[in-house]
Amino acid sequence: MFVIIKDLLKRDKKFLFGFTVISILVFLAILSAFSPYDPRSWNVVPKDKSPSFQHLLGTNSMGQDIFWNTTHALKNSFILGLTTACISTIIGTIVGLIAGYRGGILDRILMSINDSFIVLPSLPILVFLSFSLREKMTIFVMGAILSIFSWPWGGKQVRAQVLSLREREFTYTSIFSGMNMWKVVFKEHLPFVIPWVIANFINTILWALGMEITLSVLGLTSLETPTIGTTIHWAMQYQAIFRGIWWWMLTPIILSVIFFVALYMLSVSISEFLDPRTRLQRIKMGG
Amino acid sequence: MKVLKTYIIPRLIQYLLVIFIGITITFIIPRLTPIDPVQSAINRLTSYGGAYMEPEAVASMQNTLKELYGLEGGVVEQYFAFWKHLFTFDFGPSLSMFPTLVTEIIANSLPWTFFLLFFSLIISWIIGNILGGLAGYFKEKKWSNVLAVVAMSIYPIPYYVMALILVILFVYIFPIFPMMGGYSVGIQPSFTWSFFLDVLRHSILPAISLILVGIGWWFLSMRSMTSNIVAEDFVTYAEFAGLPKNKLLYSYVMRNGVLPQITALALQIGGIFNGAIITEVAFSYPGVGSLLQKSITNGDFNLMMGISVLSIIAIATASLIIDLIYPLFDPRIRYR
Repeated sequence: MFVIIKDLLKRDKKFLFGFTVISILVFLAILSAFSPYDPRSWNVVPKDKSPSFQHLLGTNSMGQDIFWNTTHALKNSFILGLTTACISTIIGTIVGLIAGYRGGILDRILMSINDSFIVLPSLPILVFLSFSLREKMTIFVMGAILSIFSWPWGGKQVRAQVLSLREREFTYTSIFSGMNMWKVVFKEHLPFVIPWVIANFINTILWALGMEITLSVLGLTSLETPTIGTTIHWAMQYQAIFRGIWWWMLTPIILSVIFFVALYMLSVSISEFLDPRTRLQRIKMGG
Repeated sequence: MKVLKTYIIPRLIQYLLVIFIGITITFIIPRLTPIDPVQSAINRLTSYGGAYMEPEAVASMQNTLKELYGLEGGVVEQYFAFWKHLFTFDFGPSLSMFPTLVTEIIANSLPWTFFLLFFSLIISWIIGNILGGLAGYFKEKKWSNVLAVVAMSIYPIPYYVMALILVILFVYIFPIFPMMGGYSVGIQPSFTWSFFLDVLRHSILPAISLILVGIGWWFLSMRSMTSNIVAEDFVTYAEFAGLPKNKLLYSYVMRNGVLPQITALALQIGGIFNGAIITEVAFSYPGVGSLLQKSITNGDFNLMMGISVLSIIAIATASLIIDLIYPLFDPRIRYR
């Protein structure tokens, strides 16, 4: 695993870019533990001050320091992304492994449910769900809700991989040597699909963070928890652009742009690494 | 006949399953909300009238409203009644714009959404596929890589953020485009040339935002598709056989690459209801998306239900049709 990361860091600019940016953002998120202000309380600093040494990114109309609030927002975004990605990856991977391994009727039933969820229009339904649960909408609840709609993608991909693994020699060897289904699936097949699972994991984080912004802008999340989405929501509510408080609006916009591009670069670079054709090209080019 | 049994019937069952799961979820969720539509309607009436109402009058009105809104009886009864109404496309009256029918309200908003989304989708599909196809074929060229990097930095940006950037740039900093809305304030919607131009002017910015993101996505998928096809044996063979480059590009590479894109296009057309919410909220465009947002803030069950049920059926139907006709486009796929 670490060999692969080292290799990618050296060879692939996309991976290097993504990895560096995400590392910096993780560092900022950790910094939130040292924040001198409570992110939920208002009027702790003077309002609407432009960036200065005392307040690196300025302050907003609610009397909060934008830099420290951003560190909290990043922490919460990471928590949300990781919660969603963990839950949906676990469900998706298990469903994919079992459906691919067992085949037959079980496979058909699981895949029908899977496809039904893929085709469901997730946004309107998510909007309802968040609307009804608005009072109880913590970061974890939201992660759980988002995973309802994101597990099927991973499931489909893992199943496709397992379908080909199933026909290979080592599968038969392990079945004939008396391993039961769970052992074959988790000990023999899982290691092979791990790279796909990781690429999918990153994509799920991307999707979850985008959804969070969408729902926050509609005012459907718990708005006192700082996240990238709620920062945008409040800046819009207080007409930050109109009143020339550009640092308030610009911070979440720039942050989300580099965050998303970095995550996407990571996922593209991993999928390219997985594709045997691009790997062949890399060898041809002496890379 | 074998085709019917092994391909068409399972697809149809899948189609019904999707609609069943989707509609059941949309039925259950709004009923978990703390908002009581009957109570809020009564509150509205009493506050308008400003008069004191006898408790008996309130009770009888509650019953009438419950019946009108289809909230009579237990949840199970309501569920069956809901299905019955659904088959007749009867979603009842809107709760917030009582007594206008939900279907009527949706029908008024649909043209706006359709106009905006359909054209942006088609434009971005065409541009994205042509650029993507060329970029995938000429993968080693510099411009191809530049385009790829641009697309990769536009596509993952969350859609709302993208819309916001455009609004800040072209409404506040360089005021080229009008402030939001579907048409200028004070103009009466009519079938005249000037009204049409006004609508067009207002739709340019939301359309640009949709097209930009759309091109990024179509470009990236088409590029990876064609760059894989270029490496396939039949292309290499045709190349050695001395086929002209143009013919190779258009009838071998692009033609095969565009097939999966047709499926995706159909899904997106079905999903027109879906993507519109953010665009319309960001630009205050008067379509189905804004309607959904309004129905959420007002706790308008019937309207919410109507919109989401329609979008579920539209997407499911689009994907069913595509599944059934796809083998006609792509000879490599057989009805299995």
